[in-house]
Amino acid sequence: MTLALSANGAGNKRMQKSDLTSARIRSAWLFLSPMLIVLAVVAGWPLLRTIWLGFTDANLTDLSQTTFIGLENYYVTFDGEAYGVLVDPDWWNAVWNTLWFTVVSVSLETIFGLFIALVLNAEFKGRGFVRAAVLIPWAIPTVVSAQMWGWMLHDQFGVLNEILLTIGLISQPIAWTADPDTAMWAVIMVDVWKTTPFMALLILAGLQMLPGDIYEAARVDGVHPVRVFFKVTLPLIKPALMVAIVFRALDALRIFDLIYVLTSNSSDTMSMSVYARQQLVDFQEVGYGSAAATLLFLIVAVMTTLTLMAGNVKLSEDPR
Amino acid sequence: MTLRQTLLAGAVLTFAAAGSVSAAELNIACGTVGKGQQLCKEAVAEWEEKTGHTVNVISVPTSTNDQLALYQQILGSGSSDIDVFEVDVIWPGILGSHLLDLSPYTNGAETDHFPAIIENNTYKGKLVAMPSYTDAGLLYYRKDLLEKYGEDKPATWQELTSTAQKIQDAEREAGNEKMWGFVFQAKAYEGLTCDAIEWVDSFNGGSIVSAEGDITINNPQAAEALTMAASWVGTIAPEGVLNYQEEDSRGVFQSGNAVFMRNWPYAWALSQSDDSPIKGKVGVMALPKGGEEGKQTGALGGWQLAVSKYTESPDAAADLVMWLTRKEEQKRRAIEGSYNPTISSLYTDEEILAATPFIGQLQDTFTNAVARPSRATGANYNKVSNAFYNAVHEVLSGKKDAATSLEDLERDLKRIKRRSW
Repeated sequence: MTLALSANGAGNKRMQKSDLTSARIRSAWLFLSPMLIVLAVVAGWPLLRTIWLGFTDANLTDLSQTTFIGLENYYVTFDGEAYGVLVDPDWWNAVWNTLWFTVVSVSLETIFGLFIALVLNAEFKGRGFVRAAVLIPWAIPTVVSAQMWGWMLHDQFGVLNEILLTIGLISQPIAWTADPDTAMWAVIMVDVWKTTPFMALLILAGLQMLPGDIYEAARVDGVHPVRVFFKVTLPLIKPALMVAIVFRALDALRIFDLIYVLTSNSSDTMSMSVYARQQLVDFQEVGYGSAAATLLFLIVAVMTTLTLMAGNVKLSEDPR
Repeated sequence: MTLRQTLLAGAVLTFAAAGSVSAAELNIACGTVGKGQQLCKEAVAEWEEKTGHTVNVISVPTSTNDQLALYQQILGSGSSDIDVFEVDVIWPGILGSHLLDLSPYTNGAETDHFPAIIENNTYKGKLVAMPSYTDAGLLYYRKDLLEKYGEDKPATWQELTSTAQKIQDAEREAGNEKMWGFVFQAKAYEGLTCDAIEWVDSFNGGSIVSAEGDITINNPQAAEALTMAASWVGTIAPEGVLNYQEEDSRGVFQSGNAVFMRNWPYAWALSQSDDSPIKGKVGVMALPKGGEEGKQTGALGGWQLAVSKYTESPDAAADLVMWLTRKEEQKRRAIEGSYNPTISSLYTDEEILAATPFIGQLQDTFTNAVARPSRATGANYNKVSNAFYNAVHEVLSGKKDAATSLEDLERDLKRIKRRSW
């Protein structure tokens, strides 16, 4: 672009400006390049490789014997029967489980996180300590907290059943992670316990940015605090809230460790990632598993776009 | 101390650089349940002393599915991180291509072992693993409780159901709130395939896929067996059994809270240890028959030791495998850990029979055990087993009735099979 401009013999002033701009662009690229290279190596290359493997019949037994088979991992008819990820009921069960898990857990986390953030935003003694303490569940590695909850939820010697039995809420111990009716709820509960602090922290950051004078004005006008929350606080923290929700939703869509530790490959709670791992590792179908992983990537991308679009639409309506 | 370590490390490096085999460092993964790891460590220490090599004993997950996943990842990447490891009886077909041919190192020792196991461990003409111990599903029962209520050992599953219910009710009446009739392994994992194939086979319902590779599981006897098993959950077995592995059920049984338990032989030695609340109160028998026309059976299990093809010191690793599977070691493991030997002459050994009486009494069970269809289905075995244990789990948790579930399973197996296994 710079070359083209100079060759055209554009005005002196304009050329200087574009020189400066192009110098800035150059240095921007220079500063960005380390990150871009790292991204390409650790994210771009594996992603492209996974997409490529999805079109092959790669098998863990012998990865050197890999042939291109087109879309057969996704859909193929054979003797009148359809095969492939797209017609595998287990895959769609996993997709459904993941979406259900994401919607329920992220909604609960948003509500609880908002509540906690509002409390933490208030002035009280020992606020710094409480803020730090709230983060503890989030700081524990997922595998550790999942195993911990696995023991607490155990039907025979779990502490949760012991408490509920003692206070008389249940008469028989409940097998939380084994019973198909409770397994998904157990997973959701542990996830909410673990990631609500993260949500609260992001929302709290949004709350701290709000100017105090609006609230003063509302107080002078004698507006009810609940009305203030819905008319002032919520619209103002919406951008921060949207970012937090998108972060969490992205995270929830690729949930693996929590489910794998609590309920392993059980079909009641199998998520898309658990399905892909089972194909890749347990069944050694690197090609088929990669196809599933590619679909997982596409679904996450679509969901993110949709969430962002929904968030933007609402945001642009706000000024009216 | 530090200086000595530095010197030692230097010495090891020098040897390695010189390509010498005299100071190999090996990684072994062995023993995950019961006394296995302790016995393995003792034997490994003896070998280290004898040969001067160094061996690190690595801990791996307890679930066989998780172990297999781990080994597949390590071997799939051609890594030499693990040199020697334990291989389940169903794995040679899956991992075979990554394992070292041991026949040049055995000096004919394989002829002492049960031929069926050696055949199982032969992959494309290569002996890829040496048998360490063999397993079959057994029924553990509380001698004292059966005596107290004047019940006989159950000959059929139906008798087991009524006996378990009776004793459970009576014990709870007497204030023993936590008592259950029967515990087994019903988590959706390989262990459930073993438990369920025993129920099906005891009703003469076959072994999922026949030796010729035909899918045989959708039959009335199999449905009857699964319907019976589903009736246990929530009545004589806790609902949590749907998430139990071997050690979970042993936990319930060994703390005295169950009348019957289905488990492998290893649980015997632990139930007789000094800190066991049920020491001296336990009996072991073959699993019951499925009705009067049924048969006694047990799932064939057992573990082998294999060497990774990617090891840096194949000679030392193979020597270690031979050391850990030799007759004297198998005898020691049978006495101290109730691990069943794979060498037939040990089944008449006086010392073994004194320590673990059932090894002699149940020899028939061990030789007639029902094998999972890993040979017929080859590399697809894992998928078949996964489809089977998920189908059974759905029946046990009450989501489907047995007939529907088996019909769906047959269709799934056909999808996996396509033209051939």
